[in-house]
Amino acid sequence: MKPALLRIRGLRVALGSRERPVRAVDGVDLDVRPGETLALLGESGCGKSMTAFGMMRLLPLSGRITAGQVLFDGQDLLALPEREMRAVRGGSLGMIFQEPMTSLNPVMRIGDQIGESIRLHDKANLRRLRERVVELLDAVGIPDPRRRADEYPHQLSGGMKQRVMVAIALAGKPRLLIADEPTTALDVTIQAQVLTLLKDLQRRAGMAVLLISHDLGVVAETADRVAVMYAGQLVEVSDAKAFFHQPAHPYGRKLFSSLPTFGKRGRELEIIPGMVPPLDSDFSGCRFADRCDFVQDDCCASEPAWRDLEDGHRVRCIHPRGGPLVPAVDGELATRQRMPGQALLDVDDLKVHFPIHKGMLRRVKGYVKAVDGVSLKLDSSHTLALVGESGCGKTTVGKGILRLIEPTAGRVMFDGDDLAALQASALRKRRADMQIIFQDPAASMNPRMPVGEIVAEGLRAQGLGGNREARQRRVAELLEQVGLPADSAQRYPHEFSGGQRQRICVARALAVEPKLIVCDEPTSALDVSVQAQILNLFSELQQRLKLSYLFITHDISVISFIAHEIAVMYLGRIVEQGRVDEVLEQPKHPYTLALLSAVPVIDSKQRREVIRLEGDMPSPANQPTGCHFHPRCARAMPVCRERYPDVSRVSASHTAACWLLDQN
Amino acid sequence: MNHFGWRAWPWLILAVWAFLALFGARLAIDPNQIDLQAILRPPGAADWFGADALGRPVAARLIAGAGTAFHVAFSVILISAILGSLLGAMAAWRGGWLDRLLSLLVDLLMAFPGILLAIALASILGPGLNNLVIALSVVGWVGYARLARAQILSLKTSEHVLAAKALGVGEGVIVLRHLLPLAAAPLLVEATFGVASVVVAEAGLSFLGLGMQPPDASWGSMIRDGARYMLVAPHLVAAPGLAIFIVVLAVNIVGDRLRDAWDPRHR
Repeated sequence: MKPALLRIRGLRVALGSRERPVRAVDGVDLDVRPGETLALLGESGCGKSMTAFGMMRLLPLSGRITAGQVLFDGQDLLALPEREMRAVRGGSLGMIFQEPMTSLNPVMRIGDQIGESIRLHDKANLRRLRERVVELLDAVGIPDPRRRADEYPHQLSGGMKQRVMVAIALAGKPRLLIADEPTTALDVTIQAQVLTLLKDLQRRAGMAVLLISHDLGVVAETADRVAVMYAGQLVEVSDAKAFFHQPAHPYGRKLFSSLPTFGKRGRELEIIPGMVPPLDSDFSGCRFADRCDFVQDDCCASEPAWRDLEDGHRVRCIHPRGGPLVPAVDGELATRQRMPGQALLDVDDLKVHFPIHKGMLRRVKGYVKAVDGVSLKLDSSHTLALVGESGCGKTTVGKGILRLIEPTAGRVMFDGDDLAALQASALRKRRADMQIIFQDPAASMNPRMPVGEIVAEGLRAQGLGGNREARQRRVAELLEQVGLPADSAQRYPHEFSGGQRQRICVARALAVEPKLIVCDEPTSALDVSVQAQILNLFSELQQRLKLSYLFITHDISVISFIAHEIAVMYLGRIVEQGRVDEVLEQPKHPYTLALLSAVPVIDSKQRREVIRLEGDMPSPANQPTGCHFHPRCARAMPVCRERYPDVSRVSASHTAACWLLDQN
Repeated sequence: MNHFGWRAWPWLILAVWAFLALFGARLAIDPNQIDLQAILRPPGAADWFGADALGRPVAARLIAGAGTAFHVAFSVILISAILGSLLGAMAAWRGGWLDRLLSLLVDLLMAFPGILLAIALASILGPGLNNLVIALSVVGWVGYARLARAQILSLKTSEHVLAAKALGVGEGVIVLRHLLPLAAAPLLVEATFGVASVVVAEAGLSFLGLGMQPPDASWGSMIRDGARYMLVAPHLVAAPGLAIFIVVLAVNIVGDRLRDAWDPRHR
């Protein structure tokens, strides 16, 4: 075994007051060997980023290192004077962060930003600074690097900015790259590009990568070894293959079983009860004990010691679990054949165009065609998933249907009425039948209103629920229905956790007894184990109350678990539509193919060859002629440039708009 | 004095100011009582503030000036904050031509030095306290309009407002329950700072003779009258000057504290 490049021993990081510090990192031992990728895996707040910031000595103001040693290449980083530490940071220890938008200086050309790093850490290349910048941009796969070097960050897309961040890190010729959630803010197809790039560079330059991530799929596709973190401590360290084959710690196993997949359809996802314990408390036993299904008396007695399983697989658990995870069986898919005229929601050629005003007189100089002719059908007590990458217009479709944004054209038949033609007062009454749930539950509640009033707002607006007392009873009933304690009504939104807040939003929507709920990325801001709870709640409510969901998301695994039908959207139009099994297993449109292939998969047997998409989605203000997808499509034909393809029928329930299908 | 007591001093100053303004007239000293025996009498043990060029008691005139400053400051702030906030909020909520018209008006007024415009207006309207209030309000509302507009613009697209719309909540209820309570905090902070600037502006205009007319007292006119005797009787300028200084400082400190208390980052 090669000696470790990075060796962390007993690292402790404390935050906040000295009297009652939050021990964000509480005794972490970690080795990263040269050339390997070690993934630090954990949910939000477990201390994984603090570990990285601690070892780089980049802690926030209230943070401090209270104990430990960080040996990098034989040098003790914690003992180094700040001046020498600066030479290490960004030099042999490179780093990239989650938000490429805020990591770059918006008023500096990207070439200069890369040059800055060369000037500081790679003096040998000072003479040929410009060439070196172009070399680096080329190495991270930015087309036309000479021209791009003179551009500013706002001229680049999100994926390109993250590539520039990688180039800046590479400029210091790092031996270890710390990547803190490097693809979390990016779309899947862009994520696939960046992950492939990191793998390539690692192989070529032989650098080690410390990947910090919460995403099991991303970790499975990139890591050589995995370290799982929980409540400030490591709980499991293992070879990636062994970990994904049979994780030993109950926490890690729970993470896997709470992931939504197609195989788990029709059943409840496993959840982790309770919450992560507050890190300012004193622990006597195992930190996971009160949430563990296999807890025994000795778990709470003393802190569990590390146990060695085979081949360097170590776990901090007194009763580790063995054996592979329960294999997924085929999920059930209950869909009915649609009867004509039966659909609850029937959207026909919906268009939402935003005018672009320019000049002194604010004349209209063009349109952003966010939604450009979308047709959908949704049956009662069914779920239709609208999938697409950011900027494709999927959220606008949801808001346009509910007339939270006025549609420009089209018909929205809902239970016999055309919503798009309804008068304002009639529409207000009709709103009881259709609700919306947003991605960020914190932003979608008024922070100055107590939860009881938030939930009762719809009752009051629609004149439902009778007098004050009856309303209060109804609110208590609703809170119970979504699994919140009855005393929640008097408290304020900020007193609840993210998952609980989303439950409040669900209760508010349910209050007016809707038939349709538009769910706009309702679980994207939540951790996997919390997401499982919310998805379970959605399925349960659907069965009990015969609800229909229009589920807007970019997350394919959520869709495969919850949706009956899928519509794939690209640049304002739907390119493919059908039953969930048809679209996921036999995608017909090249964009759907590329999108699905880019999703990171845990099971290596199910992994597909990633179809790399060139470039980015064009702007909806300036759509390409012909098929919107042709500039990025590997199978584009001359006709694709000229006319938008008609919808072709693949099966009774499956359609796609592509010239390839038209030929057959 | 203990820690808490020491921190309370700006509030104490404001309380004294308010008390003198509201009840000072009943303290039974006539600020306009001329006493030729007491002309330019310096401060002494019996009379801490002395008397002015006409032998009028400076203490009584300070109290009367406190009343003038208080009256002007609160009238101007009430008028301009309410008017400005409502106009700004309405423009932002309705959008379209109303918003463009208001923005243009605000930009026009902002491009003009405020105090200069107030001087021009006060001289057109003629001297007098009520005209002073009108002049300062005409200049003052634009700041609130701009702030309220920005607040409402960002709030009206927020998801909790969208959620309320989706529930069928009426426009009026949305404005009253979702927009105004959340936009109020920064406007109140702005209004607090506004009190300080109006006190200074009133003193300035009165100094120029556009505000309070003789024989009635205002801190600004006291400084103007006293300036002629600066070398022989410095207390005539120092007393009203210090009064302005202490009140403005206290108001600004209170404003800072309110801003910090309402800033979510400080919680």
